[in-house]
Amino acid sequence: MVFEGLADKLQNTFKKLRGRGKLTESDVTEALREVRMALLEADVNFKVVKDFIARVKERAVGQDVLESLTPAQQVVKIVNDELTALMGGTQSRIAIASRPPTVIMLVGLQGAGKTTTAGKLAHFLKKQNKRPLLVAADIYRPAAIKQLQVLGEQLEMPVFTLGDQETPVTIAKKAIDHANAYARDVVIIDTAGRLHINAELMDELKAVKQTVRPHEILLVVDAMTGQDAVTVAEAFHGELGLDGVILTKLDGDARGGAALSVKAVTGCPIKFAGMGEKLDALEPFHPDRMASRILGMGDVLSFIEKAQSAIDIEQAQAMEKKLRKDDFTLDDFLDQLQQVKKLGPLDQLLGMLPGMGNLKKMQGMEFDDKQFKQIEAIIQSMTKKERRDPAILNGSRRKRIAVGSGTRVQDVNRLLKQFAEARKMMKKMQGMQKNGKKGGFKLPFMR
Amino acid sequence: MGFFDRLKEGLSKTRKGFTEKIEQLVTGYAQIDEEFLEDLEAVLLSADVGIQTTGSLLADIRQAIKAKQIETPEQLTPFLRERISALLAGGEDAQPHAGEGPVVIMVVGVNGVGKTTTIGKLAHYYRDQGQKVMLAAGDTFRAAAIDQLEIWGQRGGAEIVKHSAGSDPAAVAFDAVQAARARKADLLIIDTAGRLHTKSNLMEELKKVHRVIARELPGAPHEVLLVLDGTTGQNALSQARLFKEAVQVSGVVVTKLDGTAKGGVIVAIRAELGLPVKWIGVGEGMDDLRPFVAEDFAEALFADK
Repeated sequence: MVFEGLADKLQNTFKKLRGRGKLTESDVTEALREVRMALLEADVNFKVVKDFIARVKERAVGQDVLESLTPAQQVVKIVNDELTALMGGTQSRIAIASRPPTVIMLVGLQGAGKTTTAGKLAHFLKKQNKRPLLVAADIYRPAAIKQLQVLGEQLEMPVFTLGDQETPVTIAKKAIDHANAYARDVVIIDTAGRLHINAELMDELKAVKQTVRPHEILLVVDAMTGQDAVTVAEAFHGELGLDGVILTKLDGDARGGAALSVKAVTGCPIKFAGMGEKLDALEPFHPDRMASRILGMGDVLSFIEKAQSAIDIEQAQAMEKKLRKDDFTLDDFLDQLQQVKKLGPLDQLLGMLPGMGNLKKMQGMEFDDKQFKQIEAIIQSMTKKERRDPAILNGSRRKRIAVGSGTRVQDVNRLLKQFAEARKMMKKMQGMQKNGKKGGFKLPFMR
Repeated sequence: MGFFDRLKEGLSKTRKGFTEKIEQLVTGYAQIDEEFLEDLEAVLLSADVGIQTTGSLLADIRQAIKAKQIETPEQLTPFLRERISALLAGGEDAQPHAGEGPVVIMVVGVNGVGKTTTIGKLAHYYRDQGQKVMLAAGDTFRAAAIDQLEIWGQRGGAEIVKHSAGSDPAAVAFDAVQAARARKADLLIIDTAGRLHTKSNLMEELKKVHRVIARELPGAPHEVLLVLDGTTGQNALSQARLFKEAVQVSGVVVTKLDGTAKGGVIVAIRAELGLPVKWIGVGEGMDDLRPFVAEDFAEALFADK
């Protein structure tokens, strides 16, 4: 999970602090030393860490903090506030031009993920009823154009290319004409990657910029980048004037210190985060939520948003009715599982819930998507009658199901037990709803 | 331009970020005190050496100061050069070889580190040494990865074994091993799709490719190279650890060292995981992938302008 290591470390540090009623200045200094180590290990830029610690310390050793009733929590709050501020305060969006097309230019180092991000961004904008045009202006990397074309096919979106014989400036210019002629209202230009020391290529980017006057120049940064992230961002910002940053590969275990550093040094907001290999895995970046996540406070807002976008409301209502009538069957159980699956990988989801970041690591608690598959296989190996009425499942039926699903009888038994418990729990929840609470989103298998 | 000069030039940015800062430090201080050491810590940390390795280097320095091996700031540079060279040395020059049949090299890494490019350059290097090289397009996932490898194959003069996009990478590996044997290739380099080391299903897929290769040709793969982006920070350690666990990585390739990246993470990986760095990429040209020589690297890092 993102920032997990940092979150754990800070939590441990502050657990120690929470154990005390009163803090002295040296307590705070001690805790902040650990915060410093954690941030450095997370690849936050050295200078940024230094300033950060100094700022937090200045606020944290103030009289009203030390003498307040909950000094440790005050310190956590200050760290949280400062982290949020460091990452850019509130969420920032892409500026849409009043006169289309809006031109977005993606720049960045080799391998940061520009081409993939171009595809993801196009998909994101398409969902907002825009009509994006992808432009292949990376004429150097072998097969870069082909890669964008394949992405375009997958997204059913036009890709503008003139091959690798025209200059990027010409390509970009003609792409805008093309967008005007075919009423595409967003133009996303994928440029060649570079090591940013290459003045020739940097000049080329500047020429493209001057020709098409992009509304947004976004720097694509790999979340795994080390101390160099700042140098890179500074160089691009100095040459081109960036409007924002897209952070990629945040779904790994990179602690993403780059995210903290880049904003602090260039002042450019982080606008999106790439969270996976699939084309819909691009999310608006929420600095405040991310800061909470670092401190282990959970990211409930993102969770709810995800649930809302993935869960079919009508289906949910039908489910509620079924629950009322108490005829929740294994088929419905399967339906619900599939709904939950749409939310994304389980471990990512759990990381968003308060306290769950740690829970995940407890022994024997493995939240593997594979388990989902197993449950699916088992239920699908049952006859319709069995799914409606699990009570008829005797030994030989269970054996047949296990063979059919490639599992063991124990697995079948475990599932049936879980299902029975889920039903029980749902009945309880129903009771709660009758007492006036509105029905929310339910996870039957979470105990 | 000679080999050493090329290396020196490629690493010039690295040197600027790292050695020159140390030089500045050294000339800026008349004596070694806590403030000096703190500044030195800052230089090491900002070169991505990592908090643990920085800690141990500083401990070494403190000890050397106590033992009067270092008395003035000027003595620090040779001391550090020696320490870093010693840390990095060992195992980097071991060439993979097979008893019978082709030598098989499997190339793994996270997304975007330059695996396919590295393979193209490796093919070129070995072909220059008179070997018959074959490539396997095992990245069947990323759009146009197969095309990219094909272009590199043409440039490097290597035959390529490929399936269509989306097919099973283990099947590609299987076919490639068969083909390499049948056509009596000296060397087979197998590309794999970039994957984040934390995705367990993708790592399982990688293990399967590894298993299939080992089954088809006992002793293979003779080398598993992990490609790391030179600009990666401390996450490189996590990458190295998990890939090593999954497919017994035998060596590391560090790319993109000609950027402003300081490559300090090389030191951390060698020190903490014991994985030898075997190749470094110092430029975009065909010849810019070099066998790694610890002494030369340390030498080039500390060389005069």
